[in-house]
Amino acid sequence: MALAIDIASGLLIAAGSFFILVGALALFRLPDVYTRAHGTSIIDTAGAGFLILGLMLQAGFTLVTLKLLFLLAISFFTLPVIGHALARAALHEKIAPKLAEDRRGRGRNSAGDGA
Amino acid sequence: MRTISLAGFLFAFWLVLSGHYTPMLVGAGLVSAILCALAARRMRVLDEEGHPIQLVVGALSYYPWLLWEIIKSAWAVTKVVLHPRLPISPTLTVVHASQKTAAARATYANSITLTPGTLTAGVSGDEFLVHALTREGALDLESGGMDRRVARFEGAA
Amino acid sequence: MFAGAAAAILVALALAVLRAIKGPTVFDRALAGNTVGSLAILLLAVFGFLTGRPEFLDIGITYGLLNLIGTLAVLKFFRHGDLAYDPEEER
Repeated sequence: MALAIDIASGLLIAAGSFFILVGALALFRLPDVYTRAHGTSIIDTAGAGFLILGLMLQAGFTLVTLKLLFLLAISFFTLPVIGHALARAALHEKIAPKLAEDRRGRGRNSAGDGA
Repeated sequence: MRTISLAGFLFAFWLVLSGHYTPMLVGAGLVSAILCALAARRMRVLDEEGHPIQLVVGALSYYPWLLWEIIKSAWAVTKVVLHPRLPISPTLTVVHASQKTAAARATYANSITLTPGTLTAGVSGDEFLVHALTREGALDLESGGMDRRVARFEGAA
Repeated sequence: MFAGAAAAILVALALAVLRAIKGPTVFDRALAGNTVGSLAILLLAVFGFLTGRPEFLDIGITYGLLNLIGTLAVLKFFRHGDLAYDPEEER
């Protein structure tokens, strides 16, 4: 039983580390600020999620598990706020996103429009 | 009602963080939780936006679904990033939000941002400006599956 | 296992710091700074397990709360040049 838990948490931690590396690579490789923000969101959701889940299995049912859960909840609730503020501030400064396709014309009242 | 629930949440938070259960410390936690809840009530931030307990029932079925969406799209973005030629097609698009309350609409915008590959960049009225890493991600959001899901989550309350 | 995760986080930290140095815009740097913050939280959590001292988690929680405020303050400062701006000026 203890071995099964060890294997499961090892797999989860490995998956988390993998997603963290991918997110950092995305941060490094992608061409502009808006696309790089997607890399950060991989780190904070998939990477942190799997890693903390693995740590929770290691901790068992103790206070540490609850603290880890709280840590995960913090990153889940703060990440969208930061992503939104960052994209909005960058659009406000008129930093043009590199686009393959601009479908902003769909909106009735031209949402956002850079300000 | 909301005051009691907020005080309960704060007290549980105190218990998790402290880990010492002497009568003095638990009593101090209870007193400060109640004082904070009363202060929040006096500041009038305890409305259906500030402490949305009416959404708890819907959240129980919504968040597991959102987690699964996050894993799926994280894997999609991973394939794009690790691809040697980096096949991205960044797209700005406008998504319609059909939720009625501000809290549910904020949940929808946050869900879009939380899902890797899509990012809410602006809100005007009931339309979101969304940046997507690939064209497929943008079209997927435009089809409105997540929008309907959040609307149902709001309706369950 | 924990050491491997810590190594992965350190590599990711190095990439994020490189991005912060390269820029090119201030928003890239703010994004990289935020990423360094979230990676630091994860590193604290893993390090707590690595050394068998879960007290590090408390520091991680504090760091998580500060990370949000810090990044928002940086963004606000570079957008308005001031932390206490008048919303009327935006027009």
